[in-house]
Amino acid sequence: MASKFKMTKQEKVELKAKIAEKKHEWAEEDRQSDLEAKRALEELKEQLGPSMQTLNALIEDASSDPTNVSKKNALIEFRKGHEKLLQKIRIEKDRLSLTRKLERWSKRGSRLRRELFIKRQYYYLVAPYTLLFIVFTVLPVLMSLLISFSYFNLLEFPRFVGWENYMRLFVDDKVFTIAIRNTLILAVVTGPLSYIAAFVFAWLINEIGNKWLRSFMTLIFYAPSISGNVYLVWRLIFSSDIYGYANAFLIRYGFIFEPITWLADPTYIIWIIMIVQLWLSLGVSFLAFIAGLQSVDRTLYESAAVDGIKNRWQELWFITLPQMKPQLLFGAVIQITSSLAVAEVATQIAGFPSIQYAGHTIVTHLVDYGALRLEMGYASAIATILFLLMIGANLLIRRVLRRVGS
Amino acid sequence: MNLDEEKLVSNELSKKEKKLAASQKKKMKKYAIRDESTMGKLELYLYRLEKKRKIKKRKRVSRSKLGDLSLFTVLLLFGLFSAYPLLFTIFAAFKPLDEIFLFPPRLFVENPTLNNFYDLANLMEQSWVPFSRYFFNTIFITLAGTIGHVFIASMAAYPLAKHNFPGKKLIFGLVVYSLMFAPQVTATPNYIIFSVIGLLDSPLAIIVPAFAFSLGLYLMKQFMEQIPMELIESAKIDGANEFKIYWTVVMPLVKPAWLTLIILLFQRLWTTDGGTYIYSEQLKPLSYSLHQIIAQGVARAGTSSAVLLIMMVVPITVFILSQSQIIETMAHSGMK
Repeated sequence: MASKFKMTKQEKVELKAKIAEKKHEWAEEDRQSDLEAKRALEELKEQLGPSMQTLNALIEDASSDPTNVSKKNALIEFRKGHEKLLQKIRIEKDRLSLTRKLERWSKRGSRLRRELFIKRQYYYLVAPYTLLFIVFTVLPVLMSLLISFSYFNLLEFPRFVGWENYMRLFVDDKVFTIAIRNTLILAVVTGPLSYIAAFVFAWLINEIGNKWLRSFMTLIFYAPSISGNVYLVWRLIFSSDIYGYANAFLIRYGFIFEPITWLADPTYIIWIIMIVQLWLSLGVSFLAFIAGLQSVDRTLYESAAVDGIKNRWQELWFITLPQMKPQLLFGAVIQITSSLAVAEVATQIAGFPSIQYAGHTIVTHLVDYGALRLEMGYASAIATILFLLMIGANLLIRRVLRRVGS
Repeated sequence: MNLDEEKLVSNELSKKEKKLAASQKKKMKKYAIRDESTMGKLELYLYRLEKKRKIKKRKRVSRSKLGDLSLFTVLLLFGLFSAYPLLFTIFAAFKPLDEIFLFPPRLFVENPTLNNFYDLANLMEQSWVPFSRYFFNTIFITLAGTIGHVFIASMAAYPLAKHNFPGKKLIFGLVVYSLMFAPQVTATPNYIIFSVIGLLDSPLAIIVPAFAFSLGLYLMKQFMEQIPMELIESAKIDGANEFKIYWTVVMPLVKPAWLTLIILLFQRLWTTDGGTYIYSEQLKPLSYSLHQIIAQGVARAGTSSAVLLIMMVVPITVFILSQSQIIETMAHSGMK
């Protein structure tokens, strides 16, 4: 079959020549029709007399004078002709417009071109968002990939250095090893925990019968994630003197005898960050779960009760979870991404840089090099690794979650 | 002749019948039931949505009392854990200084005062840049960013949700992938891009990228998929162009989704501190100056809790007002 469509070299050359000829022909045609339209437009414009406003004014003048009806009628007659002329001019202008040119272009090509033209309004609507999205998200990712292979300090032109940045990261940079370790610990603990917590609390809240109580509990659990900087309160709670709530509580009930310097002791810092992160983590995915639970078809539960499902656990496992798979997937994406990006909480709670880098994560390392030391090449290498880590984790978990229940 | 007929009609209804009709009308009003045959297409669609929402949930099956009790205890316990810091912030804002440094510390306030807020007002007057300027910056960034985002994202979401065109899958696929990494990844190159475009050290450096917030587009698009195609088709037959359909047909229908986009982005922008993109003092947002007040430590403990309260109250109020609508949007958030 394939040989049937194969062309000899000469044939190819001939075809190309033909195509070029056709294109030339079209160009000539377009030029001719444009010229024609322009000429017609100019002719019409010459015929055009006084402007519409002056005509209207004249007619008004004439109508105020009741003795001269014939003049008024003649003027109105003239205006009709004038309007026709204006209409013709509009048509000629339209022939010259960009849309017509695009239409001509769309008719001379594959089916795709035609489709692009017919559906052009959709592209107008999508264009602003897509443009911004490309400039501020797609382009930066590609740029950071490119810059990561160079030495770039914002002053000189970037210099290509190959894999040097990555080698430095993994071989020389001891702090980066700590950062990776901390990030992974945080992600492995807070990611699954917050995911499960979001689902469990959503499910428990959905079990509440009273509507008002339900929305109140939703507010209580969701509020931390939208209340902005309130997590700074945790600094007071874990303050290192006896006025800190954690210390005061422990001293009062005799667990310890002198205050613990919570935020200055490397053994505690990461756990405190975890607690705060968990406190903050019931966000969008939590809401998605609540909504998902509410939209599960209620008749399913009733028919299941008839079929022999005895308690809420069986109901959860056999009906609710499979029904909620789309929300579960969405929640996983949000939760994984946020648990790998712990940074602001770490810097606000533990300081920057934290003691013995106990609260140092990949993102804080990135901020260190990107915003403070201005080693853009190196920072981009960190960003690229973070990017790959996040996308990899997400795709992996998505694959696992998709298998559940099938 | 005509008059007589009307009289006849009015006479036909006896008192009893009139009463019946009135009571029926009352009932209809009580259950918000309306005559479906007289409604237009759009009205009917909205009415049915409303009706669906109003249908009460039937009683749950297979529940044990003991199970209920133990589960709610768990919920209550964690609820306290979740609410404690919030309550703490609220009470701390009204505590006089001597109560803040009480040992052992207490959660509740005994002699509530507004002193912390007065101190904050005094501090505002003294600061180098007028404090109201920080407020203004934050409000400007938040409002401009959210409004622009809702407008631009929903405009893009409409064709992505309801129409097919070449490149649609690519665009939406990229948006979904962008949900999978945090914005910090793109911070460094973004700095370079801003400096090239000339957005550095201007509120636009925060506002313009916020327009392209990908979670918003994702949620909006998922929500729009449920709009019946007939509504759009009938508007098209009436001769509306796509922009007009988007503005007059689609936008009024996706009000819950707007609110969701607003709360999500609002909360993000409200807490932004300008990062490395804004370095002029007079352009810094509120969150930045808050960090500075808190950094002054013990001496400003009362004032900083007053600021924390102000920062917290606004997004939470927005959420309370729009909760049910947000949940409705989230029901469509699922991924395949």
